[in-house]
Amino acid sequence: MPSQIVSLDVNGERREFIAAPGATLLACLRESLGLTAAKRGCAQGACGTCTVLVDGRPEAACLVAVETVAGSAIRTLEGVATGGDLDEVQSAFIDCFATQCGFCTPGMIMVAEALLDRDPDPSEADVIEAISGNVCRCTGYRPIVIAILEAARRRRERAVTR
Amino acid sequence: MAKLRGRGYASVNYPTGMNLGGDPSQALIHATTTGTFVVSLSSVDLGQGIKTIAAQCAAETLGLPIENVLVDTADTDTGPHCMGTFASRGTHRVGNAVIMAAAEARGVMLEVAAEELEVDAADLETDGTGYIAVKGARDKRVHITDLALAAHFKHGRTISGRGIYLKEPSTPVPETGEMDPDSCQAHACTVAVVEVDDETGVVEVLELFNTYEVGRALNPAMATQQVEGGAWMGVSHALFETTEPYYPARDHGPRDFAGYLMPGPADLPVQHSLLLERPADNGPYGAKGIGEMTANAPIPAIANAIFDACGVRLTAMPFTPERVLRGLDALRTEEPC
Amino acid sequence: MTYRLAPIDTGAFAAERDGGDLTVIGSVVRRSDARGHVTGRTEFFEDVAPPRLAHLKMHRSARHHARIRDVDATEALAVPGVLRVLTHADVPNNLYTVLKLIGVQPDDEPVLAVDKVRYLGEPICAVVAETEAAALEGAARVKVAYDDLPPVFDVEEALREGAPLVNEYQGQNHFVYEGHHCRRIRFGDVREAFARADHVFEWRYQSAPIEQAPVETTGCVVVPQADGRLRIHSDTQACFFTLDNTALILGTPFNKLRIVGGTVGGGFGGKVDVVVEPIACVAAMAVDRPVKFVYDRAEEMQVSSPRAAERIYIKDAVMGDGRITGRQVTLYVDAGAYARHTPYGTTKAAAHLPGPYSIPNVWADCHCVFTNRTPSSAMRGFGVTIADFALESQMDRIARALGMDPLQLRLLNAYRDGDLKAHRKVAKGTALVEVIQKAAELAGHELPETYRRMSSTSREGL
Repeated sequence: MPSQIVSLDVNGERREFIAAPGATLLACLRESLGLTAAKRGCAQGACGTCTVLVDGRPEAACLVAVETVAGSAIRTLEGVATGGDLDEVQSAFIDCFATQCGFCTPGMIMVAEALLDRDPDPSEADVIEAISGNVCRCTGYRPIVIAILEAARRRRERAVTR
Repeated sequence: MAKLRGRGYASVNYPTGMNLGGDPSQALIHATTTGTFVVSLSSVDLGQGIKTIAAQCAAETLGLPIENVLVDTADTDTGPHCMGTFASRGTHRVGNAVIMAAAEARGVMLEVAAEELEVDAADLETDGTGYIAVKGARDKRVHITDLALAAHFKHGRTISGRGIYLKEPSTPVPETGEMDPDSCQAHACTVAVVEVDDETGVVEVLELFNTYEVGRALNPAMATQQVEGGAWMGVSHALFETTEPYYPARDHGPRDFAGYLMPGPADLPVQHSLLLERPADNGPYGAKGIGEMTANAPIPAIANAIFDACGVRLTAMPFTPERVLRGLDALRTEEPC
Repeated sequence: MTYRLAPIDTGAFAAERDGGDLTVIGSVVRRSDARGHVTGRTEFFEDVAPPRLAHLKMHRSARHHARIRDVDATEALAVPGVLRVLTHADVPNNLYTVLKLIGVQPDDEPVLAVDKVRYLGEPICAVVAETEAAALEGAARVKVAYDDLPPVFDVEEALREGAPLVNEYQGQNHFVYEGHHCRRIRFGDVREAFARADHVFEWRYQSAPIEQAPVETTGCVVVPQADGRLRIHSDTQACFFTLDNTALILGTPFNKLRIVGGTVGGGFGGKVDVVVEPIACVAAMAVDRPVKFVYDRAEEMQVSSPRAAERIYIKDAVMGDGRITGRQVTLYVDAGAYARHTPYGTTKAAAHLPGPYSIPNVWADCHCVFTNRTPSSAMRGFGVTIADFALESQMDRIARALGMDPLQLRLLNAYRDGDLKAHRKVAKGTALVEVIQKAAELAGHELPETYRRMSSTSREGL
């Protein structure tokens, strides 16, 4: 099978690139498009740090063959902040001290974005379920759960004031 | 069949610094022409936060806002030697080196300020706002930006400093083990509350009461990160982790996160943590190394709590459901009812 | 306040913890790296993508212990995209030198296996290719013929006469400490203590290897520079340590190398062995282009060095009132096939004994033992974590055997300022008494007045 040109909508921009057959979405984002926020932690779909949103759904980019999502809208951590302004999830992760080494953070934030997109008022159990596919070795998870709940609160507050 | 609750206790100490010493770290610091201080290191941040801690130590020693400090690490072409991030040594060694470098730079800063303000350097003080002022006459002052410009373009002075921390190496006496292994000791105590399911053998850690004596919490939020994340790792070690589940047999070793188990966000005990401070005389602002210690006390505390709950003494880690069930079986055979 | 903040006790050591007028220390300052982490702009080593990057993958031993009869790389070289297959002959100084610079010898571990493999997963050939897929394919196609040797997996079996010799560089199945078969602590007279004790308790404890399991695996990207030097982007925990050891293996001047790192996706002790950088540099020089060598998850789990398994026997002399008068510890640390940092860790374990207690008679033999398994090395709590499991389980069992409160037993035996430790250093800055007292308060565990009044700075109540 020859390589093919794949087109994706990445963070609102149409991007085209040449992909070898079977190339993963993660490899294409990192190597072809220079978007390195999504990390490789296991390449087996088990650590979650490569999570990106595919048409709004959180997916382990290391398990997605890029040709199967051609034409889809992809959202990565690079597309979360608007200009230099961090969104509520990002700022809550900073304020709640929810990062240590930072390697799981990109995946954690993307699953949080997907959760808050579909449920602006998640329970603690909802947050725990949302991040249950993401491994963090540093924090013990508690600060991450708190940060996501805090982000939800901030986003609801902003929605009211707007 | 029941869920049995138990409490267990453990108390530990942990040494700061590479065992036997001989593990130097250096820091260099210099002011830019506009009064930002760049701390050059080759120290590694694994997530424990040395970049932030180094900046705090520099800012405190200089007497300037933390916004005036940048930390540049770790490039061996530009950063001076650091032995590395291990042995709970980073904060202690690097912190001390940064303080020494910043103290030298502060000395120059005050000398130049004394020339600018035409006073004696000993009469100057800082208050963390960015100004160097005359004691008792606080309107007579110069801002670090103006001072750094003047130092460079007018006085021809570099506001800079060099720092190193070395605990001299100790050699153990082979016959007796006499040695000087550490710089100081941090301390911790855990009370663990567990529930053991006597049907499945599953142990759930419900609560951890943890106290930690840390010398000084240089950044209390980051110290909290360390102790709570470390206690989580202790729980993980206690209940789940090994690469060789049937050690010393080499079979069934997990190769991924699906097989190498750790507690997830739904498996967390409630953690009650308390920090105590007994500053170490050789620590940076009294701090001791705490990164490693935090995982240690929970493991035996959980083992002891399991015994308290169900009478099974687990002497092999980790405390898997299989081991708990085998222990319960053995108890039943010993005491037929 | 949205962040977790453990309260700081102001009661204990109130006089000593007076901080003056500090403005930054002791304050909650935001992490300087957090913005980079939440925007994805933090640069980890693998985010570096130099043009013409080649990839390295290992062909690893399929045996626990075997002679290598033959290595055939013909098929590997035929895989499209494979650039080179490196063997031990391509490595200038083919022995790791991990502890050489702090004077611990001998060097005992080949970078690439020569005539023998000593553990399952030991590297034999490094395959360098245009793509990761081609490197993997090439590594899979290397053919190695083995003559099996009997392996030994148990630390005490390994020390028995007639056990298979694991590591010829060491010469016997244990590390030699200045002529002794183990690191020793000899303090007071334990035999006398046992003879005079009201109770003697002896139990055994065992742990299994534990993986550091950082989410970012161990690896590096080596980039040849315009001036002929090599720039190494690495997630090492120790930049100069990695530089120095790599230069020794390459046989190059130290200043030919430059390490760029400092931002690491979790370490926990797993990234101090200098195992990926030397061979990646050899590869980069051989193909004269950038090379990446990063462990996959399975390598990180099973091949990278874990926390050592330990077997610990503790025998205690105890008086009826709970005072521990003698402690004898026999520790076996399973180094696996090669020393790495385990001789150091075993000495650190010896220094930790007998735990945070003042015991007048202490005897310890701490063995660093070689077996046919993945070499162990540093992990968070090196030399101490497993000892603490054993020591604190022991304390619980003693308390139960005597019918004593477990915290009171500890407070009675806790070391205090001025006590002489077993390694003959006078204790200072101790705080075990206070962390126990505060934990009891926190957990609602009642202590009698005499125990609540105890202090690390006095002998009150003893």
